[in-house]
Amino acid sequence: MNTSTLSESEIQAYVDGHLSPEHSAQVEAYLAEHPDIDKRVKSYQEQNRMLHGLFDHVLAEPLPDKLAAVTARKSWHKRYWVAAMMGWFIIGGLTGYLWRGEVTHTVMVSVPFAERAAIAHVVYTAEMLHPVEVGADQDSHLVQWLARRLGHPLHTPDLSKFGYQLMGGRLLPGNSKGVAAQFMYQTTVGRRLTLYISVKDKGTGQTAFRIADQDGQQVMYWAEDNLSFALIGETDHQRLLEMAQVTYQAMSF
Amino acid sequence: MSDHPFNEHIPALRRYAIALLRDRSLADDLVQDTLERGLNKLSFFKTGSNLRAWLFTIMHNLFVNQLPQSKRWQHQSIEESDTGSNDFADEMLTTRDFMQALQALSDDHRATILLIGLEQLTYEQAAKVLNLPVGTVMSRLARARERLSLLMNGDAGPQLRRVK
Repeated sequence: MNTSTLSESEIQAYVDGHLSPEHSAQVEAYLAEHPDIDKRVKSYQEQNRMLHGLFDHVLAEPLPDKLAAVTARKSWHKRYWVAAMMGWFIIGGLTGYLWRGEVTHTVMVSVPFAERAAIAHVVYTAEMLHPVEVGADQDSHLVQWLARRLGHPLHTPDLSKFGYQLMGGRLLPGNSKGVAAQFMYQTTVGRRLTLYISVKDKGTGQTAFRIADQDGQQVMYWAEDNLSFALIGETDHQRLLEMAQVTYQAMSF
Repeated sequence: MSDHPFNEHIPALRRYAIALLRDRSLADDLVQDTLERGLNKLSFFKTGSNLRAWLFTIMHNLFVNQLPQSKRWQHQSIEESDTGSNDFADEMLTTRDFMQALQALSDDHRATILLIGLEQLTYEQAAKVLNLPVGTVMSRLARARERLSLLMNGDAGPQLRRVK
């Protein structure tokens, strides 16, 4: 390699990890002396990390029935594939989460949306007999029903890696525009978390992710598209933020 | 009966389709069409070639030829965000800015970045999927990444708020 220049192709190939270790080392030596190009390379690498962080969770999802059915209903001949197997490769490896974000401030605010979410949280998480209206055993019915009432597609986030399992949900009165949905999650020791969703209040733009303290309840809330979301219940801000991240992704796609 | 050889590729096909379309139900329709087309065209699959890349090629062709323009991601201009305060999580905003920037890319640029950056296809495989010479894919990749980077940093056309 000519050590005095770096081609555009080499830059891209370095970003994608397609160079040999020796070649990579040469590129790194070059980058060490050319901070402007190094900055570009780092931003491209960050793009790849962001893509994996945003979309890799799809790999772990159970397949929708209609997709699983396509290959199940057709017969195929194993013999045909034996030779083909040779050429296959599997891309593996889920990258870790990118987000190690921190909420820098806790503000005392009185926001109608966050307040409604916090009230609903307090009322229903205390309920022993009827915490939810429709249980998680009817997951697809639950989600479709609430989505239809809100007039917007919904997806329940998988929070099991935080120890929370979906219990179910209920329909609630929302703002002047109508209804709200509440999904409740619970840990094995009975700690509860709620996700509250309603049609966005008028005048609410696409807001930042905010955290509010509503009478001791931590409310993480944000707005996206036509909906406002609030996640309530975890006292650890970092974990609440991570769960908000998972929720945001689940709802976005 | 053991698993169908397509099955191990379905999760990645879904990941790509969701990232490309940003709509789960459209994405699953596209994956379904891809699998069905793949089963019908199985006799054209060259033994020993790469099944994953072959399926992505089918999907790309369906995406380009069949999906109505109106159903694709709308290229949204990026609005100035209204948040001037610091009581938010920077990383989450960065994520949202990134998604908006990705959304602002052209279909060609987004597909190229996704196939290579997310699906980790080799440049040769991506060239086959996109039906372009490798050199063209490389230059398109470089332009797409630069464009995405500019959008993220708020230095390009439609403005993105600088997060940090």
